[in-house]
Amino acid sequence: MRARVHVMLKPGVLDPQGKAIAHALGSLGFKGVNEVRQGKVIDLDLAESDPARAKAELEQMCRQLLANTVIESYQIELGQ
Amino acid sequence: MQAAIIVFPGSNREQDVYDALERASGKKPLKVWHRDSELPKADLLVIPGGFSYGDYLRCGAMAAHSPIMREVSARASRGTPVLGICNGFQILTEAGLLPGVLLTNKTLKFHCKDVHLRIETSQSLFTSRYEAGQVIRVPVAHHDGNYFADPATLDRLEEKGLVAFRYCTPNGELTEESNHNGSARHIAGIFNEAKTVLGLMPHPEDATDPLLGGTDGQALFAGLVEALA
Repeated sequence: MRARVHVMLKPGVLDPQGKAIAHALGSLGFKGVNEVRQGKVIDLDLAESDPARAKAELEQMCRQLLANTVIESYQIELGQ
Repeated sequence: MQAAIIVFPGSNREQDVYDALERASGKKPLKVWHRDSELPKADLLVIPGGFSYGDYLRCGAMAAHSPIMREVSARASRGTPVLGICNGFQILTEAGLLPGVLLTNKTLKFHCKDVHLRIETSQSLFTSRYEAGQVIRVPVAHHDGNYFADPATLDRLEEKGLVAFRYCTPNGELTEESNHNGSARHIAGIFNEAKTVLGLMPHPEDATDPLLGGTDGQALFAGLVEALA
């Protein structure tokens, strides 16, 4: 089963990379970019085929390694 | 004092801290490769600076979950002092031995220069040879040293006297400019609750030899030797 994990900085946590991207977009002439936040996408191919069990395992993976929950939130998307 | 230095793939300041410890204690530290499952008996565990695992995922994240770190955490919980410098500080936060996290510098740049630090307390194994309020000059070399924690955690650190060092001017003032990487409340280093674990971004080990331009870091190692001899 395939899965995709989105990791984003929590609101309020400074994202200097996002700010730099917003600035660069502005200097390229893209007006009206109010804010940019940059995150990560992690694709996984799992041996598990049961969606509930896969989801539970992914939750553990996110909490233990894939995200640092002090500053990041995560979202799990299950594929086929 | 017998120190053991944990070396990960990508660590690069292990020899600097080795030399500083040897100069202070007269005893050769042990180097422990991350794959070694046995952690030797030691009075002090040191996690050196560098770019463990190429800073993949997040700085310190991969090293924090390696098997040797489980052993380091177990020793730390039994009271063995642990010193984490630079990447070592990042690893200690990722491993949950210290609160908070180190974000990218506010300037988005790698900072490699001398900075001034205000000693916040002399009441610890690590800072007993300094005076509270004393200002020292030591180098920094990092891209992700911007300390962050939620306001409740920061308040708790302050109330319990767990802030070890803050970035300041040569006179000890906390100005916006002296806080070069944007750290919350100018924090450069913190202790755990028992004050047996210290993490800091600057490199006191690189200020222990007059040839390198300063010796303000010597007292940290001398204090440890005195406390742990």
